[in-house]
Parts: sequence; structure tokens; C-alpha cells
Amino acid sequence: MSFKHEIFEKNSIFLLVGILIMVAIGGLVEIAPLFYLENTIEKVKGMRPYTPLELAGRNIYIREGCYNCHSQMIRSTRDEVERYGHYSLAAESMYDHPFQWGSKRTGPDLARVGKKYSDEWHRAHLIAPRAIVPESVMPGYPFLAKNDLKFNNISADLKANQIVGVPYSDDQVTFAAQDVKAQLDEDSEGYDDFMTRYPSAMVRDFDGNPEKISEMDAIIAYMQMLGTLVDFSLYNEKENNR
Amino acid sequence: MTSLASLPTINNLAKSLTSLCLGIGALLALMIVTKTTSAPMAFHGYLMIAAFVLGIIAILNMGFNNNGKIKADLSPSGVYYNDTVIKAGVIAAAFWGVAGFLVGDVIAWQLAFPALNFDLPWTNFGRLRPLHTSAVIFAFGGNVLIATSFYVVQRTSKARLAGEIAPWFVFWGYQLFIVLAATGYLLGITQGKEYAEPEWYVDLWLTIVWVTYLLVFLGTLVRRKEPHIFVANWFYLAFIVTVAMLHLVNNMSMPVSFTEPKSYVLFSGVQDALTQWWYGHNAVGFFLTAGFLGIMYYFVPKRAERPIYSYRLSIVHFWSLIFLYIWAGPHHLHYTALPEWAQTLGMTFSIILWMPSWGGMINGLMTLSGAWDKLRTDPVLKMMVVSLAFYGMSTFEGPLMSIKAVNSLSHYTDWTVGHVHSGALGWVAYVSFGALYCLFPWLWKRKDLYSLKLVNIHFWISTIGIVLYICAMWVSGIMQGLMWRAYDSLGFLEYSFVETVEAMHPYYIIRAAGGLLFVIGSLVMVYNLWKTARGEGNAVTLDNARPALAQ
Repeated sequence: MSFKHEIFEKNSIFLLVGILIMVAIGGLVEIAPLFYLENTIEKVKGMRPYTPLELAGRNIYIREGCYNCHSQMIRSTRDEVERYGHYSLAAESMYDHPFQWGSKRTGPDLARVGKKYSDEWHRAHLIAPRAIVPESVMPGYPFLAKNDLKFNNISADLKANQIVGVPYSDDQVTFAAQDVKAQLDEDSEGYDDFMTRYPSAMVRDFDGNPEKISEMDAIIAYMQMLGTLVDFSLYNEKENNR
Repeated sequence: MTSLASLPTINNLAKSLTSLCLGIGALLALMIVTKTTSAPMAFHGYLMIAAFVLGIIAILNMGFNNNGKIKADLSPSGVYYNDTVIKAGVIAAAFWGVAGFLVGDVIAWQLAFPALNFDLPWTNFGRLRPLHTSAVIFAFGGNVLIATSFYVVQRTSKARLAGEIAPWFVFWGYQLFIVLAATGYLLGITQGKEYAEPEWYVDLWLTIVWVTYLLVFLGTLVRRKEPHIFVANWFYLAFIVTVAMLHLVNNMSMPVSFTEPKSYVLFSGVQDALTQWWYGHNAVGFFLTAGFLGIMYYFVPKRAERPIYSYRLSIVHFWSLIFLYIWAGPHHLHYTALPEWAQTLGMTFSIILWMPSWGGMINGLMTLSGAWDKLRTDPVLKMMVVSLAFYGMSTFEGPLMSIKAVNSLSHYTDWTVGHVHSGALGWVAYVSFGALYCLFPWLWKRKDLYSLKLVNIHFWISTIGIVLYICAMWVSGIMQGLMWRAYDSLGFLEYSFVETVEAMHPYYIIRAAGGLLFVIGSLVMVYNLWKTARGEGNAVTLDNARPALAQ
């Protein structure tokens, strides 16, 4: 063999460059195509970016580390589809920065938990899980109902999402704080504008306490919309076979 | 060039420049404190100011009143090794190890008895679990890697560490990273990506520290007096460089503001998922494997007093390991919305990966050829050999679980948790314990450890703990996977989700008990190491400066 491994053993820079080349290949071949292969993300009807209230709820979901025990990714196996609903599509998390597919189901999958339970159920369950499900091992989150939701700067959150590619309009960014209030109250003055900006959004007082805009409002608003956006009656499975 | 005869000196220009940079850092932190609306970030700002000011004082104090000379002992090979920073590193490693194991056991008990969450924000499982994973991987594992790599690269290059301030900056900068990350999780600052939870400003700080680490390591290699770069250093270098690449790509994000902790990661959905598991699996591959193989390649031959079994095998398994590992990420995403071609590719490479992994195990185990009798008398060597056995076991189990059909059962269950812990407790922690048991007498110049008998006790307590842990997780994981997919005679799903949760209870108690044994074992180790450093028991002080086994 004419090639000598000595080159790498006697020159630290050659070794460094050799390592860099070897470890770069896998990622380039595997990840890079996902950004340009068109069939990576299915064509679907109904996906929209999160409303400001839902986004704030999602941030609480992340802050409390819910992803440590709950997945948001229904795999395409028979039992999962029967238990949780249609298998998850890539399109359904295309506005998720970061994704929250999870890796462990200490609790059930939440990808399609939206509209399955009432707001009251969620509120009671989050405050004291074992009052609703005695065998549950979930921690209680009573503080979510007590904490005021911080949303004065929520426009900056939408702006950052806009920069990383979420198609928020400039109006959606500008009126984000107003939209938080509008989603909680049909009688608020911003309601009509909110519904123009987010036509399919659910509007109500999610935490059952109209006196207060709490973190509970936000997280329930987020959970109630999970997996409800895509209209599967219009979805063509064969067309999107990958 | 470091002259052989004279003490290392510190450069006044380097002192002023580093102090200036830290001063600028303190001003930036002050700006954050005054402008942020987030109380946790303000707290982090104060922490950074305190750390940077203390750093400046420490730097200005280096070589002060001593004409810029740094205290160091001349080794028998005529080099003033920088051992003080390694002493700090091994102490930090032992401290974070116990802390990380303890938090792990606390959250294990929380899963068995959920009342232990106390329904408070900073004590709930969701915030403590990242604290546990980061503490054991990055705080314990990271400190072991930094300390051992600093030791190995100096000894095998016959050169003092590059820079006087830089190694200390790496050490203290890394501790600051740990404290910022850990307190951040408890206060609710996280970007929500597993094993990459720290937010943008903590990531930036780690980047600075890590690049300095790379420069110190490379700089020491460049100064080496040996013609060849020793095998262990290839693995350390691959670990440092690749972790830098992974960290940078996976953490790209857009902060909401430069004075707020929240950021949104650059990628979304499926692309973010694959980037994350490319990162996540190679945190295993390069942080927890390549780096610790570096430890194995130095400490096992040293302790066994035998040469490495096969040099050729080292070359083959080094290049194939680093090439193949990078591809394995998609096996975390089987049957998900990731395109199927990527899943299959990830599975294929994961299976091939079995070969170089076992190449490393065989090379380590066979190094004991002709020295197997030492296992009867040296419990430290026994620990390292058992770590290689666990490495072999978990690198067989991993490819098995990466097969799509197996993964459809194992994914989302405790089987994954058990698999990770057979690797983390059995391989990573055991080889680290072995290295710590070697380094304490060497660094403090003691003839031997305080008590080998205590090492043996540590070994058995924690081995029983690991076995309880992984067996409980095998049973609970496979059972839960089977219950999720069980159908009754009428074709309906047989179990509700919560019935499968209830069935886990006894195994969660067994697992938590196993974890407790592991924590107790680590406390026995800390006691032994403490007594060794103090020079008690068998740890008699050597009369010359020559380390016991590291001539």
C-alpha cells in the first residue's frame, strides 16, 4: 500500500482536516436534501401559523419541559393511528421552531389532543392530574392558573418567527398583543380584526376566569388547537407518498 | 518554546488582553441586567458579571510577585506539566457526577411517586429532567473529558499545555456554562431541544469556551516532542471538533431580543427534527463515545501495563467510527414524518456501526492479554474492563433497536431509557471512575489510592444498581410497547393509555432503587478520592515527584 497513515499521525492539522471531512459527509448527504426535495413536506390545506396566544401557550409547554414525557408525533402504525388519530404529517409541524415531536411517552401523545377534552377538563387536570386520572404520574401545574401571562412583548416573538421563515404578515406581528386579548373575548374590539387574521381560530376564555389573562389561558388555547388544522377529508395520501 | 530548565512564565500582553475581553463581557452582562424584562436573565447577568470580575482578578494575580513565573513541578521527563488545572478538573468532575446522579435518582422517584413533584415550577419533572441529563453528560462527562484530555495530551506529547490563561479559561468558562444552563432550566429558560436545552446566550458562551479548548488541545499537539500523535489524542480531537460542529449547527436561532432569553431555532418541523437527532445521536457518538474511547486508549494500557492490542485496529476503527456515527441520527425518527429514504439510510448505517464499535471494545479488552490476572488484585482495572463490556453490550443493543421493526416496539418506551443508561452508567461512568481512580494518586503524587477495598465496594454496589436499573427498564419498556399494540378478540385496542402507566409502577420503584445504589457507590468513591488527595491510608506521599504509574 503506497498510502501511509503516518501523514495523519505526524501532522495535527492534516488529522484535523481529515476528521472534519469524514464527519461532514453524513450530515451533508442526509440532512441537506430535506431543504430542497419538494416532497419532504406534503401539500395540505388548513395549516396556518400559531395565533399569538397559542404561541405563548406553546412557549409555556416548552418552558415546563412537557416534551420530556409527551410526544407530538403519531407514527404510521395501526395501533397508533387507532389510538391517536391520523398519523402526523411533516406539514403539521412546518411552523414549529423548534419541533416538539418528543422521544418518550411517559404520558400519551398530544399531536391530536385538540378538541378531545373540554377546557374544564384540561384546567382541572393541569391543576391536579390525579383528581381526574388517579393512576397518572404527571406533576401538577397549579401555578399556571395563578400566573399572569406576559404578553406585552409578544410582537417581538412573532417578529423572530417571521425572520426564521414563519409566514406571519406585518399586521399579525404589529397587532399581536391585541390579538391575545381578542382570542379570549368575543366582545373585545379587536375581535373582528383577529378573525380576519386567523379565520379558523377558536375564541373563548380558556381558563374560565374572565378577570385574568393567565398562563392557563395560553396553554389550553395551544392544546385545544393541536392537530386540528389539517383538513384530512381533502388530503390525498397517494399523492404524498414518500 | 518552553525551555526544559526554566519555569513557565506568563505573558503580560496575554494577561491584559484577556482581562480586557472579560471586562467587555462584564459590560455586556451589565447591559443585559439593566435592560431585560426577564428576572432569570437578570440573575444570569449578575452571575456573569461576578464571574468575569473574579476572572480578571485571578488573571491579574497569575505570576504576580513572581516575575510572571508560574509554580509547577518538574516531571522526571523534564517537562513542567500543567497539573493544577487538571486537579481542579477531576474535583469538579467528582462533584458534578454526584450532583447529576442525585438529581437523576430524584426524578426516578418522582415517576414512581408523583407527589414528589410538589407542584412547584422549579421542582417538577419537566424542568429537573434536563437538569439531570445536562449534569451527567455535560457537567460530569464534560469535566472528565476536559481533565483527562489535558492530562493525556501533555503526557503523550511530552509538552506543557499551550497557554497559561487559556486552560484555566476553559475550566472556569465551562463551569460557568454549567451553572448558567442548570439554573436556567430551573427558572424556565430552555429552547426545548433535548440535550441542547441552553438558550442562545449560553450557547454563545459555550462556543467561545469550546474554541479555546480546541486551540489549547491543538496548540499542545503542535508543541509535542514525540513524532507521532498518540491514538487517544485522535479520539479527543475528533470529539472536540465534531462537538463544535454539532453545537453550532443545531443551536442556530433567532433571539427575540438581545436582552431577552427566548429565541426561536432557525429550522422547523421535519428539518429541525433531523438536525436535532443528527446532533443528539452524535452527542452520544462523539461526546459519550469518541471522547471516552480517548480515555480508554490511555488509561487501560497504562493501568494494565500492556501495549494496545492492535495499532492497525485502532486506525481502522477510528476512521470508520467517526465516519459512520454521523449517519445514525434518523433511527430516532422511524415511522415518523421524516421521509422514508432518510429513515432507511439511518437504520443501515446504525447497523454497520456495530462493527467499529466492537472493534474498539475488542482493542480495549484484548489489551489485557497477559494481564488478566490483574483483575483479581486491581478493582480499578476491573471497573474499566467492565465498562468495556457494557460498551460492547450497549453498542450491540443500539443497532438492534435501530432496526425499524424493533424500533416500532421500543420507541417512546423505557427500553430506550434503559439502553441509554447501560451505556451511560455502565460504559461512560465506569470508564470515568476508572480514570478518576488513576488520576487522583498520580496528580497528588500518592503511592496508591486510600483504599482499594472501597473501590471494590463501590464497584459491586453500583454494578448491582446498574443491573437493577436496566433490567427494570427492559421489562417495563417491552411490556409497555406490547400493551400499546395489544388487541382484544374483537379487534379493539386492549389497554387504555393509563393502564399502561399503572403497570409501570413496580418497575419505576426498582429502577429508582437501582439508581440509589449507584448514587451511594459514587459517594463511596468521593470519600476514597478525598482521603487519597489528603494522603491517608495507602495513599502515602511519594518521596520524589514521579507519579506512581505514569513514568
